Amino acid sequence: MATAVAARRRRDWFDSERVLAPLLLSPAVIYITALVGFPFVLAIIFAFSDVTTGSADLEWVGFRTFGRILEDPVFLRSLWNTFVFALIANAVVVVAANVLARVLTADFKGKWLIRFLVLLPWTTPISLATITWLWTLDSIFSPIDWVLRNLGLIDTNVYWLGRPVLAMGSVIAVHAWRIIPLAAVIMMAGITAIPTEITDAAEVDGARFWRKHFEVTIPLMAPIIAVAVLFGFVLTVTDMSVVYVLTRGGPTHSTQVLATWAFFKGIEGGALAQGAAIALFLFPVLVAVAALILRMARRWELH
Amino acid sequence: MAVVEARGLTKHFGDVKAVDGVDLRTEEGEFLVLLGPSGCGKTTLLRMIAGLEEPTEGEVLIGGEVVNGLPPRARRIAMVFQSYALYPHMTVFRNIAFPLKAQGMDPAARQEKVEWAAKLLDLSSLLQRRPRHLSGGERQRVALARAIVREPTVFLLDEPLSNLDAKLRAAARDDLLSFQRGLGITALYVTHDQVEAMGMGDRIAVMNKGRVRQFGKPEDVYHNPADTFVATFLGSPPMNLLEYEDFLVGFRPEHLLPVSVAHDGERTPFTFHVNRVENLGSERFLYGHLEDFATDTRVIAMLPSTVTVPIPPDQSHSFAVALNRIRFFDKETGLRIEAQRL
Repeated sequence: MATAVAARRRRDWFDSERVLAPLLLSPAVIYITALVGFPFVLAIIFAFSDVTTGSADLEWVGFRTFGRILEDPVFLRSLWNTFVFALIANAVVVVAANVLARVLTADFKGKWLIRFLVLLPWTTPISLATITWLWTLDSIFSPIDWVLRNLGLIDTNVYWLGRPVLAMGSVIAVHAWRIIPLAAVIMMAGITAIPTEITDAAEVDGARFWRKHFEVTIPLMAPIIAVAVLFGFVLTVTDMSVVYVLTRGGPTHSTQVLATWAFFKGIEGGALAQGAAIALFLFPVLVAVAALILRMARRWELH
Repeated sequence: MAVVEARGLTKHFGDVKAVDGVDLRTEEGEFLVLLGPSGCGKTTLLRMIAGLEEPTEGEVLIGGEVVNGLPPRARRIAMVFQSYALYPHMTVFRNIAFPLKAQGMDPAARQEKVEWAAKLLDLSSLLQRRPRHLSGGERQRVALARAIVREPTVFLLDEPLSNLDAKLRAAARDDLLSFQRGLGITALYVTHDQVEAMGMGDRIAVMNKGRVRQFGKPEDVYHNPADTFVATFLGSPPMNLLEYEDFLVGFRPEHLLPVSVAHDGERTPFTFHVNRVENLGSERFLYGHLEDFATDTRVIAMLPSTVTVPIPPDQSHSFAVALNRIRFFDKETGLRIEAQRL
């Protein structure tokens, strides 16, 4: 009798939202606190201190660390590069992903193969894929150079990663290559969400391909394009693996970005406080960008 | 101002024959209704005429010319969609101007034309609004304005009233029809609503399973259905069908009347066992079966409120149907056959 009541009470507990909700949420909360929240708070504390790997003493210095990094020309170069990379790579991504999304929503034979190939870059680990690119762009063994040489287009190797402008171009290309699949899939969803009656109406109204594309499809996709750009922007700004693997920021910091510079300064150089300050520098900007894009997306959606 | 013609028009989607050899020809300025249940192929037929769907076989002619392979813009047609398909990101003005812009008309002429259409459809005060700020009826009028602004020779309408509520629909039917009459444009109107079809169509093409089952004037289709499908699809409640010997006997519910009020002259008497009476005010529905026929075949009679004879339920009553109101159908094929002896 007593056990039956206890069993029923236990069942009531699991039926109660007050018990069940925190219980089901707890793994996520613990995970985020331990692996995101704690390091994040630690980084903020570090950024406002003078901590280095050499001494465990932690002295509060306010914004002095930020002042120090701002005086560093390499930091300014990294800041500039970060924006250049993010903006150019995402411009490329928006156009290419749009074309790809169109191709992927069209009906043709062998569609599954193209879909598979398009999604492939997204399924390989970033570092592994970047290492493949490292070899592809190698100064001596680059297969691209080999092809160009045999076509008689070049006499000597190009040194893709050895010259400032080419290195930047290479980094941008690899970034774009990596993000395009995700953006294409997001945009595919956007295209499929447009009611066919609207595109039919545009066709009956006499719009040809480009007019239909730019005056009907693109405006209706605008919210979803904004989401794709948001993801792409955040992914390029916060990524360090592409630059780290391909160029290590070189030649002479010409491809240095904030993420790699924070790593070189803070971890390899031991200036933990400066590393944290560099890493956090763009945090307010990213938050603002994310808020802005999400707001625009919502407003467009209402129209 | 143009005649639309379908010749052996066929559309297969894989193994499915959505449209299966349709021959159809409108008159000039005619309001032709394609009527059928959902999935009967009426919308596919309309889309082939619009040029949104390429026929598997057959020809589409507009104004006497074969337009197969031509894109919609080259066919001088305008289409109104079920959802109205307005461009949600454009104002009413830009929605209406869109086809003109696509034509390459200069802005001044465009403005004039849009204002003309807006005035015609009573939209002048709404030009700067966006579609989502409009009521269903207003959206429908914007869709019409966008359709006429380019002066098409043919109007294609795909269930344009089905998104309106019932009260608005009656008024919209009237407006739409006088609008079409005023412009004199040939119209093809797709609907599954028999009230719309009967009320608006100069002629009705009743479709089922990709084929046109009957093509004629509304009263002809209603009173002389070509087969049992048309007989039961049109009319609410549908035509009563009873098995008799080796054929089917059919008559409309409103023609089954108490003997006391039935027309004099030649008539067929029936003993009607009434199970249930439904009084709707303007008419009375009687549900039951006829004696001498299979008792599981339900028969419905519809008496107008002018007939006040009391009909108590659960009793048999003497009813009759005028002989010229009775139709006969083949039991196997369902096709109408000549009058039989009862």
